[in-house]
Amino acid sequence: MANLEVKIHNLTFKNPVITASGTFGNGVEFDDFIDVNSLGGIVLKGTTLKHREGNNYPRMAETASGMLNAVGLQNKGAEYFCKHIYPAVLRYDTNVIVNVNGSTIEDYIALAEIINDLEAIPAIELNISCPNVKEGGMAFGTSCPMAEQVTKEVRRVYSKTLIVKLSPNVTNIAEIARAVESNGADAVSLVNTFLGMAIDAEKRVPRLSTVTGGLSGPAIKPIALRMVWQVAQAVKVPVIGMGGIMCASDAIEFLLAGASAVQIGTANFVDPQVSVKVIAGIDDYLQRHNFNSVLDIIGGLQM
Amino acid sequence: MNKRVGQLQLIKKIKLNYNNYLLEFKADSILSDIKPGQFVNIQIDRSPSTFLRRPISIYDVNYQTDTISLVVKIVGAGSETLTSTEPGSIIDMVYPLGNGFSQPKAGDKCLLVGGGVGVAPLYLLAKEMNINGIKPFILLGARTAEDHILLSEFNKLGEVFLTTNDGSLQVKGFVTDHEIWSNSLNFNKIYCCGPEPMMKAVAAKAAKLDIDCEVSLENLMACGFGVCLCCVTKTHDGHKCVCTEGPVFNIKDLEWQI
Ligand SMILES: Cc1cc2nc3c(=O)[nH]c(=O)nc-3n(C[C@H](O)[C@H](O)[C@H](O)COP(=O)(O)OP(=O)(O)OC[C@H]3O[C@@H](n4cnc5c(N)ncnc54)[C@H](O)[C@@H]3O)c2cc1C
Ligand SMILES: Cc1cc2nc3c(=O)[nH]c(=O)nc-3n(C[C@H](O)[C@H](O)[C@H](O)COP(=O)(O)O)c2cc1C
Ligand code: FES
Repeated sequence: MANLEVKIHNLTFKNPVITASGTFGNGVEFDDFIDVNSLGGIVLKGTTLKHREGNNYPRMAETASGMLNAVGLQNKGAEYFCKHIYPAVLRYDTNVIVNVNGSTIEDYIALAEIINDLEAIPAIELNISCPNVKEGGMAFGTSCPMAEQVTKEVRRVYSKTLIVKLSPNVTNIAEIARAVESNGADAVSLVNTFLGMAIDAEKRVPRLSTVTGGLSGPAIKPIALRMVWQVAQAVKVPVIGMGGIMCASDAIEFLLAGASAVQIGTANFVDPQVSVKVIAGIDDYLQRHNFNSVLDIIGGLQM
Repeated sequence: MNKRVGQLQLIKKIKLNYNNYLLEFKADSILSDIKPGQFVNIQIDRSPSTFLRRPISIYDVNYQTDTISLVVKIVGAGSETLTSTEPGSIIDMVYPLGNGFSQPKAGDKCLLVGGGVGVAPLYLLAKEMNINGIKPFILLGARTAEDHILLSEFNKLGEVFLTTNDGSLQVKGFVTDHEIWSNSLNFNKIYCCGPEPMMKAVAAKAAKLDIDCEVSLENLMACGFGVCLCCVTKTHDGHKCVCTEGPVFNIKDLEWQI
């Protein structure tokens, strides 16, 4: 077996495979399917300070090689998280990362402070890129000044590994990445979903209750890969790449483009065991190509 | 039985009518405790048009032979591909999923109401009722006589009443137009699965007659096991996932305008 260990800031990951927020529940839903401890890390469902009901049904539309979602950050809030979800994930021997969301800077700060006190959570992923909420969310991730400000304020109160999750719905993603890096992000993750829409032509109505939603899955992979490659060249902090990864070779493309780790999202719906298959596939690739360590292929794209 | 990802072999395919098929699969593990109303989530082919899995109710289970049967109606690319699969093929499924119907109490007088392919999960329910000594009344609705499927199977499990929209078989109209509702049969439990407008009409009847009623919802799903939060329905206790907290709900918990 090759050495699959990677480091993001001062955190060690057994392997570069992490499951993406909103596609892996709180991990426990996967216990019947895989050994969650074999993963490099898991990012829990997006959490907000206060309970959110999320958007109305329909929240999902299948599109060519992908899906649109408009969940709208349905979650039970920070208090419930600390009382019920945190105790349930304590038993995991992997990096459990909380995906932090807010409508205002104050919300982000308050939630980051609460999560900072949870000993078993070594990192947060600051989601400034949710396309499915009316206030805040993506607005923070699509403007440089706002991305800078929210990163800076959260950095003040959060002392562990701070990952900032970027929106692809921008003209120049490298610019936003540099903005959050220079304001204290320890790593960046990208991409969140692309704003899209689908119409039921027969009924002449939108297929999502919110009209627009976030596109994920293999349909977005080439664009996500391009963005990860651009960002990896623009910043010094580690990059976590995602967007449409369905198999090990997809994951390897992201690593070659410069990602230090990858996240798997929508693929978990198609195959709940995909994450462990990707780990095995990366190992197999490294052995076939005589690499001792996964570090040997990160950013290893030959031009 | 715990959820699993299985590779099941299609062993039998029966064409029930012009657009419904009965598919029987041999499981790759020992089956146990599958509840009526639970479903499987089938990987079609991951092609661009059928990228996500397709949820299908469990119609029947045989614990001696470890086989699961499904009834599939062709409505689009996924169901088309699935029903054109030849026996011998291996199909990837996540199963068993969902909560299932509650079991009635001994002596309960039960009415099962099914519409179209929605009759599927009611079969296993009726079978279990028979094992527990309950003969249900079974009211099935379809567009035409030809659309009624599996009648001889249901006839073995209880007294069957039929409606057709065009009057080509038994009572003309919707299931709610049947005289069974005006007979004082004193049902204490109604179980219903079919198109949503039909379930709402049945729920309205049940609510008016003050009869406990469970319905099985068919919301669009991405994952089928409670992680994407796409399949929600509104309940008095907020949004609930149809795939894990349903598909079966008691109508008293749903925010249905009925
Ligand atoms: C819990 C559950 C149990 C089910 N049990 C059965 C069953 O036993 N037998 C059976 O034949 N079908 C069942 N269905 C419905 C089945 O999942 C869909 O018919 C199937 O996914 C359609 O896939 P397709 O690719 O053929 O059609 P698509 O091309 O995906 O869709 C064709 C048309 O059907 C509509 N449609 C698709 N899925 C749904 C849905 N879930 N609700 C409402 N409209 C939909 C689409 O909007 C579109 O207009 C069940 C669904 C659920 C959620
Ligand atoms: C149903 C669904 C819910 C999601 N919820 C969140 C969320 O709460 N927070 C977040 O940062 N990203 C969320 N995402 C985005 C994913 O984490 C990921 O960035 C995106 O789907 C791209 O990766 P993929 O193509 O592998 O799915 C969600 C995606 C989906 C499909
Ligand atoms: S289908 Fe994903 S939560 Fe129900």
